[in-house]
Amino acid sequence: MIGRFRIHYPDFTLDVDLALPEAGITALFGPSGSGKTTILRCMAGLERAAGGFLSIADEVWQDEPRGIFLPTHKRPLGLVFQETSLFPHLSVLGNLRYGMKRAGNAKGEGFDAMLDLLGIRALLERDPESLSGGERQRVSIARALLTRPRLLLMDEPLSALDMKRKLEILPYLERLRDELSIPVLYVSHSLDEVARLADHLVLIENGKAIANGALMDVLSRLDLDAAFAGETGAVLETTVVAHEADGLTRLEFPGGHIYVAGHAHKIGNRLRCRIHARDVSLALNAHTDTSILNTLPATVVAIADTDTPGHVLVQLKLMDEKSLLLARITERSRQALGIKPGLAVIAQVKSVAMLR
Amino acid sequence: MDSSSLTAIWLTCKLATLTTLLLLLVGTPIAWWLANTRSRLKGPIGALVALPLVLPPTVLGFYLLITFGPHGFIGKAMDALNLQRLPFTFAGLVVASVIYSLPFVVQPIQNAFEAIGKRPLEVAASLRASPFDAFFTVALPLARPGFATAAILGFAHTVGEFGVILMIGGNIPGKTQVLSVKIYDYVENTNYTQAHWLAGGMVFFSFFILLLLYGSRKRAGWSR
Repeated sequence: MIGRFRIHYPDFTLDVDLALPEAGITALFGPSGSGKTTILRCMAGLERAAGGFLSIADEVWQDEPRGIFLPTHKRPLGLVFQETSLFPHLSVLGNLRYGMKRAGNAKGEGFDAMLDLLGIRALLERDPESLSGGERQRVSIARALLTRPRLLLMDEPLSALDMKRKLEILPYLERLRDELSIPVLYVSHSLDEVARLADHLVLIENGKAIANGALMDVLSRLDLDAAFAGETGAVLETTVVAHEADGLTRLEFPGGHIYVAGHAHKIGNRLRCRIHARDVSLALNAHTDTSILNTLPATVVAIADTDTPGHVLVQLKLMDEKSLLLARITERSRQALGIKPGLAVIAQVKSVAMLR
Repeated sequence: MDSSSLTAIWLTCKLATLTTLLLLLVGTPIAWWLANTRSRLKGPIGALVALPLVLPPTVLGFYLLITFGPHGFIGKAMDALNLQRLPFTFAGLVVASVIYSLPFVVQPIQNAFEAIGKRPLEVAASLRASPFDAFFTVALPLARPGFATAAILGFAHTVGEFGVILMIGGNIPGKTQVLSVKIYDYVENTNYTQAHWLAGGMVFFSFFILLLLYGSRKRAGWSR
């Protein structure tokens, strides 16, 4: 999928040239006002960039120099907005049918599976106004998907929901990610959401894409600390391998293993964990006299200055030579320990955030 | 109540109904355009539509009389088409009423369209509805409370019309003598009993209309 959009507004310029994967969830992440939503609206054809270009799976939706611009209703896409966008004059079923009918899916191909996938079977006869925020978003997603789109665009679909509703809807989104064969573009300003759901990450700042790559790669880069506003940290894709008698759960990943508390996940499940750079400290030798549980042998790859006064960011490579970790340490410690690229160290992980 | 009063009531109802229907047809596209345009003409057209709100009815009636008359451009056009000229006819009253009550219909519908905003139409487009389709299946149903208000106001305002009618319609029983003119007629002939019947009826009618309006407004308080 290729999208090139340049739009000038009086106080803002959007200028992006994006090559994105044709499958999986791609997150557009950035602060509010950075232009994420505008990119989504350009892709949907709701904004028209004068020289814009958009192609998906070799199908050109917009190529202004050649005079091609498909209006929104001719683009096979699904759109889920931030706030509820169900038609209040139609029932849930009426809302679902509105798109199905017009997208040539009057027979309802995939209808039953979709009801189950999003858990909305019991809601069909209800009025949108009688639904909870989470239910409305699930119906909106089903309505969009029942048009059998080639691309799903989601504009902060969770940001209008409270934490409880978010947690309720996230598992559904994960199922979508695992079962959908179409690319999903997911706009968000929540790093937790992005780290949990996305496969691919585009970082947007002031109308420009400052990073574009696989989620784990972008999150373990040294040069994006400012964009992540102190939340910098790597993500590890682990597998739950054992629940131990003392209440700890062992997670394994190619670069080693870690322990977390809590038995909530089935053995064999995949589990994404985020390890904040500020929660990783470095030692030169493996200590046995420490209360820190998770220690991972690693090699220093690179070191970068950060905006945090007196601190540097260290990129570490774990045993598998692939998994990356970030550590935020003081410049003084760096000098005291003589940390430099190539040095073998022990990464001590103080806290692990389980993302699902 | 004598039969000439009943004739006036019937004529008034016919005029108001016809005017309201025509206004909904004419007013909806104008309201849609005013609610959605970014054109520089929005201001002037909006002001033109609202003009009957502030003009004395006699001024409007006077100019309509001139335009409809033998030297006005509409009068000349009617002559060229071999049609009867509009002054002192029922058709003339309908045309004048449509112009006179236009803002009472356009503004509530315009407000309703503006309140809906762009989002529901963008959603409809993302569900493959063409703009035309989305207008009829999303914008119109969502603007329904605005249409109810517009119809009630347009009807009631046409019933209450006096000055314009007198200027271009005169006072021909069964043809242009509507209720308000009839009351004036009775009072001029000091027939207060008959005047009371009609005037009192109008008070009740107006009260009922307003009751309906405020009732429907409260019920119409739907949100997204």
